[in-house]
Amino acid sequence: MTDQYHNEPMLELFIFESMQLIEQMEQLIIANEKFESYDSDAINEIFRIMHTIKGSSAMMLFNNISTLAHSMEDVFFVLREDKPKNIDSSQLSDLVLEGIDFIKVEIAKIRNGDEAEGDAAALIESLRVFHATIKAQNYTVSDQEMKDTATSKGYSAHKKQQYYISKVRTEPQSYSNSFQASLFFEEDCGMENLRAFGVVNDLGDLVKEYYHIPADLDHEDSAEVIQEQGFTLFFKTDRSLEEIHRTLGQTIYLKDLQLTQVKNSEPFDDLHEERKILLNDSAKISVSSSREGITNDQKESYSSASQQSIISVSVAKLDQLMDLVGEMVIAEAMVTQNPDLKGLELNNFEKAARQLRKITSELQDTVMSVRMVPLTGTFQKMNRTVRDMCKKLNKDVRLELIGQETEVDKNIIEHISDPLMHLIRNSIDHGIEMPSDREMKGKPRWGTITLEAKNAGGDVLIIIRDDGGGFNKAKIMSKAREKGLLQVPEDEITDNEIYNLVFLPGFSTNETVTEYSGRGVGMDVVVKNIEAVGGAITADSVPGKGTTLTLKIPLTLAIIDGMNIKVGDSRYTIPTTAIKESFRPKTADIIVDPDDNEMIMVRGQCFPILCLHERYHVNTLVTNFADGIIIMVEQDDQTLCIFADELIGQQQVVVKSLPAYIKHTKKVTGLAGCTLLGDGSISLILDIAGLFSVKKTG
Amino acid sequence: MSENEAVDSEDQVEDTQKGKFLTFCLGTEFYGIEIKYVTEIIGLQPITEIPEMPEYIKGIINLRGKIIPLMDVRLRFRKPFREYNDRTCIVVIDIRETPIGLIVDSVSEVISISDEEIVSPPSLNKERNKYIRGIGKVGNEVKLLLDSGKLLTDLETENLENI
Repeated sequence: MTDQYHNEPMLELFIFESMQLIEQMEQLIIANEKFESYDSDAINEIFRIMHTIKGSSAMMLFNNISTLAHSMEDVFFVLREDKPKNIDSSQLSDLVLEGIDFIKVEIAKIRNGDEAEGDAAALIESLRVFHATIKAQNYTVSDQEMKDTATSKGYSAHKKQQYYISKVRTEPQSYSNSFQASLFFEEDCGMENLRAFGVVNDLGDLVKEYYHIPADLDHEDSAEVIQEQGFTLFFKTDRSLEEIHRTLGQTIYLKDLQLTQVKNSEPFDDLHEERKILLNDSAKISVSSSREGITNDQKESYSSASQQSIISVSVAKLDQLMDLVGEMVIAEAMVTQNPDLKGLELNNFEKAARQLRKITSELQDTVMSVRMVPLTGTFQKMNRTVRDMCKKLNKDVRLELIGQETEVDKNIIEHISDPLMHLIRNSIDHGIEMPSDREMKGKPRWGTITLEAKNAGGDVLIIIRDDGGGFNKAKIMSKAREKGLLQVPEDEITDNEIYNLVFLPGFSTNETVTEYSGRGVGMDVVVKNIEAVGGAITADSVPGKGTTLTLKIPLTLAIIDGMNIKVGDSRYTIPTTAIKESFRPKTADIIVDPDDNEMIMVRGQCFPILCLHERYHVNTLVTNFADGIIIMVEQDDQTLCIFADELIGQQQVVVKSLPAYIKHTKKVTGLAGCTLLGDGSISLILDIAGLFSVKKTG
Repeated sequence: MSENEAVDSEDQVEDTQKGKFLTFCLGTEFYGIEIKYVTEIIGLQPITEIPEMPEYIKGIINLRGKIIPLMDVRLRFRKPFREYNDRTCIVVIDIRETPIGLIVDSVSEVISISDEEIVSPPSLNKERNKYIRGIGKVGNEVKLLLDSGKLLTDLETENLENI
């Protein structure tokens, strides 16, 4: 994963932040879509996200993203400011999700070092149409509101003495909109008068006629006035409210912005009559209450964002930390179990060593916990999948999430996200029936897919349960026959075995290939992905009632409980979870078949033996079964007996991968990696699943 | 801006190392390897063998927590194996972010060889010269200058042939 990130830090940050924001937004939209309306918090949040993305992508010169974000921002601006009724929220969600997808694709291109050249023109156009529609719908409402505001404005303006400067005195009525803006700067920004002047300057081209309080910006006293009362600006323009709002919103050190539209010319006329010098009277400018509310909301959301005390760290750094801690554990063992200390009576040293051991193991646990990430993000993503699928296939499916707070190692999460999505797609496509069919069967119209995660010892179980039609045994069997996937005689096959046939490569029971599933490549890719992280998948189904898929994945890849064994001078580590038992074999129990395959009888059952020294050509003095030890291991219902010289002991080991050079040279089957033992020597970690295939081919 | 500076300083570092070679011997011949690839030289350490590897890959060692593969250069060049002794050294080199340890008979010295003193190897026998980048003349002696990249990459093509 980290290998891809050779980009400059700025770009990396942009990608990371935008992805995070986009995902956050996607969730918001999906959550709101369920209620078929957007609440004001969500609208504010989405508006803010779009604004941020617009800004950052414009800064990074990704203009297509920025213009798209801009038009999405426009839409949400109208939603936020005018609160239109009767919006088609599903159309809105579709549009916004489409936009999100576009940005996602572009960001993916940027990450891969490609040019982000996608054209969002069509999308922007449809957003613009939508924007116009809601704007028009809302016209009557906002007009009314405008009038109210204007009246109160006119009233308060009467009471004030203001100064008026006009740039162009002629024809003030030709500009359709009049605005009043109050700007408050951050308390300690300094030079308020110059900043205010900057604002006026920025607006320069957009507005034709303006005056402001205080009027004399050259005078230093005006800085204090602005600091206390804010900078109030009246102007006329032919631009829309949101355009002005955007321009003003870009002012630096802006703490608060209140922008209101005032009825044409009223305050202007008043002020034409009362051109008097403004004194320091503290007339408070009244604003419409709704606007006040919004600015407060905004402030709240800003402050909550700044209080967040989470930092993002690259996984590479965590891996490094993990390595260092692993080394420290070894170093600690090297000190406390130093052979030089043998036979010495060292009470104080022992005490100190115990303390050290405690701290190192605590440190190790903490570092491990840092790498653990809750499944929430991965699970939430599935909402989108379900939504899109339902729309496309006209099915009604609800997704229930249980135990999404379950934590799993970051590396593993990356590996299971795609398989999960695929399995859920399969469930919706093949499992859940059409609403009408469901009603005929006496089930509720909507299907339910439950995604559940829970801890089970050293593993995490992820269960995907649907209440659809279940697997069709006969269909699976005939398909398997057709494709020649059956290895067991047909009359002996169990239900479970039939269900698990679907995970074999090249298997797909759906007659028609749909956009989402049915190419027959899916399932075995899923299985491969899951197996890559040392997990397993099983299927169970009740005809007519539904299907349950269970993924078993390990909590972490980085540290395992291992049993160290010795063969000649080499040491090997077997994951303890795979070990069933170990025992000293009796020569009488050993059976050798004509092909020289050795087997052993244990409690009436016969198991194959794998001699590590033969398999890996290690020189050892222990070749006689009676002198060594047998370790019985089990994986995926297969059992194997490994013959080794002796057991060394059990310990937690930090898994390191073999050097890239070795992996390039040859992929050694049966080796999962290596680890450092307490004395600094290296032990090779055996991959039990790999050993089975070694046994089969060898 | 800062990128340019970084490139500059890198250039400078390379400049000070340019033309410098670490020489080591295998039997009677002297070999040179560009100093910029060399990370460190260590004595022989306990080696963990990896099964199913070509003969010249001796295994892996633990170098302060890093797992580094070892290549016996003698065997790599199809010379007879010689028992390791206290003169045997491991030259740890880093080629394109891939660390690897080279087991050599002994390390001699770091010498400067200017470009004019380097001649390309005779191309009579291509098979033998594929790891040699050039031949450096130092006084009366010649040093065979290794193409470090080839030591690693050639192996992949070799593997393909084996399949």
